Amino acid sequence: MKSFKLALAIVLSGIVSLGSHAQMKIKGSDTVLPLSQKEAEKYMIAHKGANVSVSGGGSGVGISALIDNNTDIAMSSRPLKMEEKMKLQEGGKTFKEVMVAKDALAVIVNNSNPVSKLTRQQLEDIYTGKVNNWKEVGGPDMKIIVYSRESSSGTYEFFKEHVMMKKNYASDVLAKPGTGDIVQSVAQTKGAIGYVGLAYVNKTVKPMSVSFDGKYFEKPSFKGAKTGTYPISRPLYYYYMTTKEKEVKPFIDYVLSKEGQKTVDEVGYVSIN
Amino acid sequence: MRRLRKIIEKIVEGVLAMSAAITSITVLLIIIFLFDEGLSIFSKKPVDDDTVIAVNSSNPVSKLTGLQIKDIFDQKITNWKQIGGKNDSIKLFRLDEAGTTFTEQQMGSNFERLAICVDSYVVRTPGVLLYFSSKYIPKDFHGKRIEIANITPYSFLMGKQWFPTAQPVAQLGVLPLILGTLWVTLGAILFALPFGLATAIFMAEIANHKVRNYLKPVVELLAGIPSVVYGFFGLIVIVPAVQKIFNLPVGESGLAGSIVLGIMALPTIITISEDALRTTPRALKEASLALGASHWQTIRRVIVPYASSGITAAIILGIGRAIGETMAVLMVTGNAAVIPHSYFEPLRTIPATIAAELGEAAYGGLHFKALFALGCILFIMTFIINLIFEFIAKKKKY
Repeated sequence: MKSFKLALAIVLSGIVSLGSHAQMKIKGSDTVLPLSQKEAEKYMIAHKGANVSVSGGGSGVGISALIDNNTDIAMSSRPLKMEEKMKLQEGGKTFKEVMVAKDALAVIVNNSNPVSKLTRQQLEDIYTGKVNNWKEVGGPDMKIIVYSRESSSGTYEFFKEHVMMKKNYASDVLAKPGTGDIVQSVAQTKGAIGYVGLAYVNKTVKPMSVSFDGKYFEKPSFKGAKTGTYPISRPLYYYYMTTKEKEVKPFIDYVLSKEGQKTVDEVGYVSIN
Repeated sequence: MRRLRKIIEKIVEGVLAMSAAITSITVLLIIIFLFDEGLSIFSKKPVDDDTVIAVNSSNPVSKLTGLQIKDIFDQKITNWKQIGGKNDSIKLFRLDEAGTTFTEQQMGSNFERLAICVDSYVVRTPGVLLYFSSKYIPKDFHGKRIEIANITPYSFLMGKQWFPTAQPVAQLGVLPLILGTLWVTLGAILFALPFGLATAIFMAEIANHKVRNYLKPVVELLAGIPSVVYGFFGLIVIVPAVQKIFNLPVGESGLAGSIVLGIMALPTIITISEDALRTTPRALKEASLALGASHWQTIRRVIVPYASSGITAAIILGIGRAIGETMAVLMVTGNAAVIPHSYFEPLRTIPATIAAELGEAAYGGLHFKALFALGCILFIMTFIINLIFEFIAKKKKY
């Protein structure tokens, strides 16, 4: 009996150590999560014996896991904050940043809305509640119904920082738990405006041309996001410590390869080369 | 043999007692956990622990409310004059600004001189409002720190702004959420009560056996539909219908939420009030009919009054069902955290807020605790409702 238990313990610990051995952990942004999952799946099919585990939690969660050495790669939908950079470099350590894809946000309105372009300032005014009628931005006399994501979403933060210059949303903005919900609501509400990932735009809604300098307007497109002419786009990053380079490099090279970038387009993000 | 049976009996009894004990302990632990997490918010400040907010030492302003700081960062307040200071524009200084103000050489490659840079900047800029991590504030800091008041039960319950992730000061006012929850629940009951009661009376008194046998399972089926399906139905059908019928700018409103919740509360109201109506003694009904009262008069004057406490209980259980409902409400009410003034405006409820925000709130952080405090409020609401139910159910016998 005793020897049986012992054998069992050995076998179990063997399984556990086998499982943890050579397992690469990726953690972070929920925006990058679907992409990393798909890449990991395909990578593991192509490379027998590779073991990649991917989990979400948000960009900040991933980066703090990298700081605490709880993950090998941190996914992030924003560049590092200065404070995070400082923590990562504590004690002379070094890290690397790799841009793996880009994500673009489209501002959408109802198909019946004649307004087709907005400047960044106008978007800021609409989302902070300064402007609440379409006639103030060159449209018909109609109340603007503003849709946003919930405050837990990385997209909410990105839009706030990038388009609204860090100002807070107005309190009467309608918050939606999912991107699909926003498309649905904008499609059925005449005065609605919302923002969604480029991949979510379909025929039921109208994407707006936007301009950050007030002169050059551009419609959201994968091409514009790739070349950088479309302004509301953001790079998606992987971060890793240089000490782990040997372990993570094959995977990152795969993501940046032609095949990996094809997956980027399939998932609905913008490939970078 | 008999002894063995006795032993088995004892064991069974023991197991039953154990399960009862485990259940009670679990319930108690959940409540303790909820209140422990929730109440701890009141000893905290609405800023991160290592955040410093400071001004130039010559600035007469020494206290700012959370709301004022939010307005300053939103650039609604841009001059110190607006908040009782000198006529000077407010210059925000955050970590990001530090990166553009100082060169890397000034800060040092490992940011070892950043603290000195920050201190000198605060000294030479009279209109500065500093928002920085305390790690980069030198010990002999020459600016004046701004005190921010702790979160009090009053500011939490009566605050009108809900921006739990706002930087640097989180706005935690739950009044719009509490009112939104009550508002939509009241609407649901106003909607469900007439329909529910009418159906119950029809099933108990008017319908024949065949119809009733068909209707009862249908009503019970209504209770078995997952709430997310109701939510989806609400978003696709009820929201556009509300928008069209009332010619509103937006269909996601308290009214749409009330209708969906009302439908969800219907099975509870119908089954319980039907049971109550059926308990009317045959003698009472027949006496009424024998006195020459019509069927309708009997229903109105004898059966409904007799069952009134059961019907009240049905209403209260219906409220209990509606008040804690999460998914369906999250999808149809629009979730704008504003104090509702009419049923045609979007609103945000407590359960929807918890469901939407808990996933990303940092464990143990301020936002996390605020959501637990919301859970406590919801718990107290339903607890009161259950107490009223117990009270009415006891009064029933006469």
